[in-house]
Amino acid sequence: MMRYALRRFLGAIPTLFVIVTLAFFMMRAAPGGPFDSQRRLPPEVERNVKAAYNLDKPLTQQYLIYLGKLAHGDLGPSYKNKDFTVAQLIGTGLPVSARLGLTAMSLALLLGSLLGISAALKQNRWQDYSVMSVAMLGITIPTFVTAPLLTLVFGIYGVTLFGHDLSLPVGGWNGGAWRNMILPVTVLALPQTAIVARMMRGSMVEVLRANYIRTARAKGLPVRRIVLGHALRAAALPLVSYLGPALAAILTGSLIVEQIFGLPGIGRYFVQGALNRDYTLVLGVVICYAALIILLNFLADMMVALLDPRVRLT
Amino acid sequence: MIATGQTLKAVEEVKGRSLWVDARRRLLRNRAAMASLVILTLVAALAVLAPLLSPFAYDEINYDIIACAPNWWPAEASCRAAGHIFGTDAVGRDLFVRVLFGARVSLAVGLVATLVSLLIGVLYGATAGYLGGRIDNLMMRIVDVLYSLPFVFFVIILMVVFDRNFILLFVAIGAVEWLTMARIVRGQTLSIKQKEFIEAARAAGVGSLGIITRHVIPNVVGPVMVYVTLTVPGVILTESFLSFLGLGIQEPLTSWGVLISDGADQMETAPWMLLFPALFMAVTLFSFNFIGDGLRDALDPKDR
Repeated sequence: MMRYALRRFLGAIPTLFVIVTLAFFMMRAAPGGPFDSQRRLPPEVERNVKAAYNLDKPLTQQYLIYLGKLAHGDLGPSYKNKDFTVAQLIGTGLPVSARLGLTAMSLALLLGSLLGISAALKQNRWQDYSVMSVAMLGITIPTFVTAPLLTLVFGIYGVTLFGHDLSLPVGGWNGGAWRNMILPVTVLALPQTAIVARMMRGSMVEVLRANYIRTARAKGLPVRRIVLGHALRAAALPLVSYLGPALAAILTGSLIVEQIFGLPGIGRYFVQGALNRDYTLVLGVVICYAALIILLNFLADMMVALLDPRVRLT
Repeated sequence: MIATGQTLKAVEEVKGRSLWVDARRRLLRNRAAMASLVILTLVAALAVLAPLLSPFAYDEINYDIIACAPNWWPAEASCRAAGHIFGTDAVGRDLFVRVLFGARVSLAVGLVATLVSLLIGVLYGATAGYLGGRIDNLMMRIVDVLYSLPFVFFVIILMVVFDRNFILLFVAIGAVEWLTMARIVRGQTLSIKQKEFIEAARAAGVGSLGIITRHVIPNVVGPVMVYVTLTVPGVILTESFLSFLGLGIQEPLTSWGVLISDGADQMETAPWMLLFPALFMAVTLFSFNFIGDGLRDALDPKDR
């Protein structure tokens, strides 16, 4: 087990290296640089600025300098947000994004599994069909449609139910108040909940046909014990492997959600950085995202190995 | 003559149904998939015929009727536009024709990018699966590494780098989507290449390339078709996602993502600007998904 873990862990290093290299050279291939603005700098000032950021050196040398600094955990200064290092910007943005993403992911896993299990238990009956059609809705309607629609309904028109005002704030972080989190988290979690529900239903239906479940039924165990004690462990395996892609999807969604709801997470830094060629910031955020996804993929593999004795550790 | 014809027919009926005939029957019986097919044909026809269906041009600006509601709009609106059945946008362009032109771009991106991913994925997967051994290992390792990259971020960087080039948008998205295709095709190829007819072909002296293109690829068509129908909506989503962030199609051309993005900015005063493109897009994505599910059920009867 330890050897397998170590090997998988070491295997992540070349992946990360490929990501850094690709992102670095792609970003540099872009026409225009971070210091092109409407107001042109005097040539000697521009030269000094470029020298200060090592932008005057050949590209390969810049790359090596960047790698060297990265090895020490230094992501460099942000070109556009003066006086901030990339690490500082990510440090302020990441807690926001992480809280958002983790809440959405937990919600999606919990709610999706519940829906999927109940649909599987009522296979081909109306409960099954209604859960699955709602799930199809959740998968098809993209975040950038649900976000404005929910904003419109809950924020701008305002919803009143039994005399309670259910309207919600439509933007801003407000120090992470839960009322501000409801809409963004819902929007982020919706498609993932749908996907999880579909996967859970599929694998649960299959597992419930297995011989050992029939045996458990024959023993007279109550349905709850059969599902939670026997079926869930096997049925949850595909879900565990899906954790990595789910995180990637939620991070992608957070680009949109942070933009729409005006949340100070790293997704906004990425989009802004890409648009105004803040090389170091974009690289930093990509590395941060990639590391998160790789880490979660690694943890998911470990969990599958722990849960499923059939997985051979080689 | 008539009698001979009838006997021939009887003989044919005994011959039994092929997998494809069977699959088509199952698909035709799937109401959701058939309805989706009709809707999709309708949307595609609207998109193709767009310039003929509206008296307005898609880039015809009219500052007298900015963000006007359609004249049948129920809620109170400050201005109602005659003849603009979906209302107008923030610079007074007809929204109906813009939604249809958006459909053109979105559907075109969906189809072309899917074709790109199909081409790369099928060739790559079939080669890896057919050659097997060390080459297969290496090729699939590369796919694994690429899989763990946050791809949308690379597409975003790519769009910035090449300054929102229209053609590149197709290629970039297609180049991202081929990984799953390659995996599916490889898996299928691995099982097919054990079959006798491959051995027969090899014994007859057909080369590797010939076997892959003539014997392996035709036999992986089923699962590939299913995945293709499910890739198209994914691609349309990715394009709209990029356009929403301001990295996709540029004015005066438009796509559903651009329209939704514009609509989201104006939704407090002009909700129709969000609703119509969103509705068109959702219905189209729905249809693709239903057809994909229907195809899967039709081609893979063991799930029923």
